[in-house]
Amino acid sequence: MALVPFLETIGRLIIRYLESVGKVLLLLGASLAQLRRRPDMGQVLRQMAHLGADSLPIVLLTMLFTGMVMTMQISHEFIKYGAQSSVGGVVAIAMGRELAPVLAGIVAAGRVGAAITAEIGSMKVTEQIDALRVMATDPVAYLVVPRLIACVFMLPVLVVFADVIGTVGGYAVATAYAGIGSYTFTHSIKVFAVVNDVTGGLIKSMVFGAIIAIIGCYKGLTTAEGAEGVGRATTGSVVTSMILIFVSNYFLSYILYR
Amino acid sequence: MIKLANVAAAFGEKQVLQDINLEVAEGEIMVIIGPSGSGKSTILRLMIGLLKPTAGEIWINGREISRMAEDELNAIRRHMGMVFQYSALFDSMTVGDNVAFGLRQHTALNDAEIAKTVRRKLRMVGLTGQERTMPSELSGGMKKRVSLARAIAIDPEIVLYDEPTAGLDPIMSTTIDRLICSTRRLLGVTSVVVTHHMSSAFSIADRIAMISGGRIIEVGTVSEIKQSSNPLVQQFIHGWVNSGQIARRRSSKT
Repeated sequence: MALVPFLETIGRLIIRYLESVGKVLLLLGASLAQLRRRPDMGQVLRQMAHLGADSLPIVLLTMLFTGMVMTMQISHEFIKYGAQSSVGGVVAIAMGRELAPVLAGIVAAGRVGAAITAEIGSMKVTEQIDALRVMATDPVAYLVVPRLIACVFMLPVLVVFADVIGTVGGYAVATAYAGIGSYTFTHSIKVFAVVNDVTGGLIKSMVFGAIIAIIGCYKGLTTAEGAEGVGRATTGSVVTSMILIFVSNYFLSYILYR
Repeated sequence: MIKLANVAAAFGEKQVLQDINLEVAEGEIMVIIGPSGSGKSTILRLMIGLLKPTAGEIWINGREISRMAEDELNAIRRHMGMVFQYSALFDSMTVGDNVAFGLRQHTALNDAEIAKTVRRKLRMVGLTGQERTMPSELSGGMKKRVSLARAIAIDPEIVLYDEPTAGLDPIMSTTIDRLICSTRRLLGVTSVVVTHHMSSAFSIADRIAMISGGRIIEVGTVSEIKQSSNPLVQQFIHGWVNSGQIARRRSSKT
C-alpha cells in the first residue's frame, strides 16, 4: 500500500509543524516572563535605533510610491463616476487601516526580521549563544526581549510616518496629475476618516512587530550548523513572518473594523 | 571539585557517552584526550550544563546540576569559565567589552573598576592595550587568549578549555599551554582541558583521562598514561594508524 507511507509523511509534517508552533509560543512565553525583570535599556534603545529608525527611509520610499500609484489608479475611476470628492478619504482610510501597517510590516519582515535571524543565527553557529549561557546570561533576556520590545514599539512609529507619507504621495498625484483640487482632497479626508482608522492600524502594527521579532529570534536560535543553515533560517524567517502578517491582518481587520 | 557519576549522553538516537565516571580535584588540571568524535567536548558541555545527561549525576562544588533549572545553573556558572574551541567571542563587541561582559552582567562594579579588571586580565594573557580592537582583527591565537581573559574575568573556580590549542602554530600552542598553567598557579582554578595534542597534554596535565568510543578507558598521571598497557592508549599517544603497530615494533627490537 502506497497510502500508508503517504499518510505517515503527512502526519510527520503536521507534527513537525505543530511542534514548531509550540516552540515559538514557548519562546514568546519565556520572553514575556522575562519582562518581570527590568530589561537592559541600553540594548533596547540600540535595537530601536537599529531596527526602527534605520528602516525609516525604505518604509517612506515604499509608502510614498504606494500612495501615489493607488491615487493614480482610483482617481481615474472615481472621476469617471463623479466621486472625486471621496478620493482623499479613500486613500487616507486605506493607508491607515491596511496599506501602511501591512506594507511597513512586510518591509520590516524583509529588513528587520532577516537581520535579526542572520545575526542570532550566526551567533548560534559560532557558539556565541553557548558563550552567553556559559556566562550565566539568559539568551532570551539578553537577545530576544530587547528585540521584541524594539519591534513592538518601533513598528507603530514607522506606520505613523507611513500613513503621512502615503497620504502626501496621494495628495501630490491627486492635485498634480488627476486634477483634483487641494481642498477637495483634504476635506474628504476630514469627512471620511476617523481616528480609529489610524489607531487600528497602529494596534495591528504592534502585533506585526511581535511576529517579526519572535519569528526572527526563533529562527535564529534554531539555526542549523554552517553558513547554509544561517541562509536557510533567514529565508524561513522572512517567509514565515510575511505569511503570518497577511493571515493575522485579516483577523485583526475583522476584530478591529467589523 | 567536579564529579561525574555514571553519566551517559545521547544526541537523538546516537549514544555519545556511556558510563562516564570522573573526578577532578580542586586546583587540578585534568586533561581529557581522545580521538575526534569520541565525546570529549560533550563532557565539557555536560559539566557546564549546556547539555543534559540522559543518565547519571554531575556534581559541581558539591551540588548536583544535571536536573537543575536554568536559573539555578546560572548561579553555578558564575563560578565557572569556558574557553571555546573557536573562541566564540562576541563579534559585535570590542575585545574590552568581551572581557567586561560577565563583570557588567553579574557584578555591581563601576566602569572604572571594570576597566581596571579588564586591563589586568588582558595583561595576564599578554594582550595589554588591545581593549578597543575588534575580534575580527585578531589572529586565532589572540582570539583564544581573549577568550581565556573573558573566561577568567569573573575570577572563576573552574575553567573548562575546549581544544585550546587546535589550529594554532606550535609556538602559540606552547604559549596557550603556559597560560593554562599560569592561570591555575595565579588563580588556583580547577581546570579541565580537552585536547588531542599529546605534547600539550603531557606538558600541562596533573592527570589525563583517555576517552574512546564514548567511554573513559584510562585515567592516570602523565607517567601512568605513558606506560599504560592499554593498546588503544599507546596507539593514540603515539599516533599509530593501527594498534597492531606496537606489537610489531616491540618484536622487531628483540
